[in-house]
Amino acid sequence: MSGLCNHSLELTGLAGDPDSRAHRLDPRAKIVGLLAVTIVAVSTPLDLWPAYVACVATLVAYATVARVRPRDLWLRVRIVLPVVLVLGALVPLVRSGGSEYDLGPLTAHQAGLEIFLAVSAKALIGTFSAALLATTTTFPSVLRGLEGLRTPRLLVLIAAFMYRYLFVIVEEVGRMRAALVSRGYNPRNALQAGPMGRMVTAMFLRTYSRGERIYQAMLARGYSGTMPQLVPLSFRRADAAFVAGVLLVVLPPRLLGVTGS
Amino acid sequence: MTCVVEARGLRYRYPGHHEALCGVDLRIEHGERVALLGPNGAGKTTLMMHLNGLVIGEGELEVTGLRVAKDTLRDLRMRVGVVFQDPDDQLFMPTVREDVAFGPLNMGLDRAEVAERIERALAKVRMTHVVDRAPYQLSMGERRRVAIATVLAMDPPLLVLDEPSANLDPRARRELLEVLETIDRTMLVTTHDLPLAAELCERTVILAAGRIVADGPCDEVLADTELLMAHDLELPAGFALRAIERRSRPRAAPAGAPA
Repeated sequence: MSGLCNHSLELTGLAGDPDSRAHRLDPRAKIVGLLAVTIVAVSTPLDLWPAYVACVATLVAYATVARVRPRDLWLRVRIVLPVVLVLGALVPLVRSGGSEYDLGPLTAHQAGLEIFLAVSAKALIGTFSAALLATTTTFPSVLRGLEGLRTPRLLVLIAAFMYRYLFVIVEEVGRMRAALVSRGYNPRNALQAGPMGRMVTAMFLRTYSRGERIYQAMLARGYSGTMPQLVPLSFRRADAAFVAGVLLVVLPPRLLGVTGS
Repeated sequence: MTCVVEARGLRYRYPGHHEALCGVDLRIEHGERVALLGPNGAGKTTLMMHLNGLVIGEGELEVTGLRVAKDTLRDLRMRVGVVFQDPDDQLFMPTVREDVAFGPLNMGLDRAEVAERIERALAKVRMTHVVDRAPYQLSMGERRRVAIATVLAMDPPLLVLDEPSANLDPRARRELLEVLETIDRTMLVTTHDLPLAAELCERTVILAAGRIVADGPCDEVLADTELLMAHDLELPAGFALRAIERRSRPRAAPAGAPA
């Protein structure tokens, strides 16, 4: 279980040079900038490929400034990316249209292949921008940034608690599982899943009562419905320049396509 | 008004359960350190939760000069610092700094004052070095001390600690005790750790089945083996009560003085 925890710790941590200009940007600027890259990538059809190039170039430049090593990025994207790519790779086999390519028992279609390429490009860019945000911004800062961008406070609060208690819950599940296993529980088929179900129930009840205790602890320190902010965010010139720069790079190729079509 | 806690005939029944408190009379003076002992289910936690109005029962209860009622809750919670048993319940913010700031910010203090309080509270529990860490990265002993800092930062005249030494290894327990000994506050400590009660507190109150069954100097109450046995309490084998010396017994400063 500790393995999982260490793994998660590694993934929630920063990477690259923590004093880099990318790391020091206001979290709101980073969220807006990297989200813009993702939105442009997701909304661009394949024939406007220069927009993809602009997005990739932006991300590469950002990673270089932040001095994030490719390995650190790979560690973060490998959780999502292979799944998306494998699913995407099935599309050319089922979506018909255009020329056909014979692959032994299977047939790939041109239309499907184009969808696959577009999906892969979008997935790559989207995942890498999220990973870059995570390597250059601590999770608490991301939350503060989201709050600063007027994300509903309740959602931010839920995300904050999830982040805080994820590890607590993972540890608890680990202990319960160890307790099951050390009494010889070794399920081999679905019929033996009963104890697992009861474990989930117990887990739910425990989390529920923990929620109540946390709320009491919050009340005890004067909580009255809004979370206080310790450090106010400051949006400086460098932050504005970053957002403007990103938009200038990724928007024109995308918008040119819109006016041209 | 010289006493911090004054309860007269305090009663409380959890909906659908037996009576958790059946007429508690308790008076705690300024600067006293009181250990609240009792078997499981005696009503210790219920009593503790009354002190800052998390639970409001029948009877009279005044805490730091405020009558406990719905309209005084806000002020009351600024004056009573409750440290809960599980630090994971207490430390709910993503970083230690934000957690310690939570109370002072809720009090409406300005940021410079909040920053100073964070510094002072963490220094008091010797945890300044973890200010930017996340609570899950700390050991149990460290979490417990940070949890104490979160309420010290609010500078409450009354400190209420629920089982402060639970789940601590001997060294973490000793370090915690050293920290608690330097805190100059009226304290109510609920615990099963009788040696801790003996070392930290001058006075012991035993609660059993919602009633106070003993109240007196720690040395006397804890020396009464029969009384302890009758309420499922026990000193560790070979524990010499007389060998205990309370290392420092600062007299409490007036309410609201800096920590």
